[in-house]
Amino acid sequence: MRRRSLIALFAVAIALPVAVHAQGRGGAAAPPPTARASAPIDLTGYWVAVVNEDWRYRMVTPAKGDYGGVPITKEALQIVNAWDPAADEKAGEECKSYGAAAVMRLPARVHITWQDDTTLKVDVDAGTQTRLFRFAPAAAPTVPPTWQGDSTAQWERGGGRGGPPAGGSLTVLTKNMRAGYLRKNGVPYSANATVTEYFDLSPSPGGQMLVVTTVVDDPRYLLQPLIVSSHFKKEADGSKWDPTPCSARW
Amino acid sequence: MGSHAMFSQMVTLRRSALVVLALVASASSAFAQFEIVGSWAARNTEDISRDSYPVDYVGLPLNDEGRTRALAYNESQLAMIERQCEGWPQFYFVQGPFGLRIWSEDDPIKGSAISYTIGGWEDRAPMVIWMDGRPEPSTYAEHTRGGFTTGKWEGNTLVARTTHMKAGFLRKNGAPSSDQATMTSRFFRHGDIMTVLVVIEDPIYLAEPHIITKSFQLSAAPISPVGPPCVSTFEGRPLDESVPHFVPEKNPFVDELTKKFGLPRDVVLGRRETMYPEYRKTIKDTFVTQPACTRNCGPVPNR
Repeated sequence: MRRRSLIALFAVAIALPVAVHAQGRGGAAAPPPTARASAPIDLTGYWVAVVNEDWRYRMVTPAKGDYGGVPITKEALQIVNAWDPAADEKAGEECKSYGAAAVMRLPARVHITWQDDTTLKVDVDAGTQTRLFRFAPAAAPTVPPTWQGDSTAQWERGGGRGGPPAGGSLTVLTKNMRAGYLRKNGVPYSANATVTEYFDLSPSPGGQMLVVTTVVDDPRYLLQPLIVSSHFKKEADGSKWDPTPCSARW
Repeated sequence: MGSHAMFSQMVTLRRSALVVLALVASASSAFAQFEIVGSWAARNTEDISRDSYPVDYVGLPLNDEGRTRALAYNESQLAMIERQCEGWPQFYFVQGPFGLRIWSEDDPIKGSAISYTIGGWEDRAPMVIWMDGRPEPSTYAEHTRGGFTTGKWEGNTLVARTTHMKAGFLRKNGAPSSDQATMTSRFFRHGDIMTVLVVIEDPIYLAEPHIITKSFQLSAAPISPVGPPCVSTFEGRPLDESVPHFVPEKNPFVDELTKKFGLPRDVVLGRRETMYPEYRKTIKDTFVTQPACTRNCGPVPNR
């Protein structure tokens, strides 16, 4: 009796975590769940940026030469001081401040949907931009680079000290971007910059919040990574969705 | 089988069961453990508490009462013993420019955290986050500058709730917080980056919750807490003098940010509608970008 009990207990100990984390073992090999099916959090819906930080750098066009808080290099400073929105317009580059390194910092609404089972689509009304977060193995880079670059995504699953697995977050790595601006007034990032983002959800009074932490690495124009965190509130619907074209001046 | 042998078997079985439970528990808790203990450097590449301008409530969702109280503030109040420490509430851990040093007190038997402490810095008191399930103090318990904080894990997020803070400042230029304010903090860690989301609710002075997010980076160099917390001292102002203040409608600094950065007065005075994208439509035709920046334009590059 004693031996049988011990065997049964250890069998439970070994089997339980496996059963929790990899159900279906023992039968025919089931295909791994899609990114959509295995999402630990639901990011879909309409979100509005709450612009209460860096207001004068985000809601209005800052003065030329003002790059407060951004750790730029001397080479970048030359670009800052040479900013010319008319030249950007003439070159058809009005979207330089709407690229992946800056787009989640815009005063904007964001609409997140699943394009398919392995691609999360993020539409931004300011500048009418679309980002695609691909969970599938990375394809060859887009040629040529685009404002939103190529983004690969991965879920991080929650755990917690002593607690059961719960929740999680999304990590997105973006490369292959066109050179652009971190701020409307020409604070630059280069074509070699990479953007790492973390998407976290939180309940909030009266709804839900999305926190996006953005890390921009650009050894050419930044002395150290630029780290900013932006927060959004969930909206019930798209009634305030307001797509606008890119602007080099406003 | 004798009774002694049966007892022995029962003890062995119970011990085995405990081992099994420990195995199961470790299997789940090791799934994605999140450690917040350590030194976290502030990179300050986004807003930090602005106290350079007497009237700068940009980004604060003040209600009318909060705005009036803020406009009445005169910095000469800092010479009053009973008001000297109002500028360093617990909110300041994400508003100030400083990094965080976090340590834990662990239960020696269970190994779980009894508390986490975010070390103080200069005038801000340490924040002890009690993780042992103790309740919040009663409604009528004493309020302190640091308040009382309890915490729990929600998945991989540490959630802390702070209550029982003294009335003080939401921003060091006098934007107020009441003793009914509460703060909910969420700590998200991603590798060497930790982002803290803080939601401040204040039924007296805020029109809606005030939200702050700030990111920190894990630091190999230790960040030593600097203390002690703010200690009031006599600074030459007799106790029987009146409270220095402005008549709110006549605050002489109300247009300073408008002149310097062209910001509309509604923005400067912290009206909540100014924080949402649609507000831009109301100022698009009137906002004038300021002349090129010539000094204090940003951190001077060294290469």
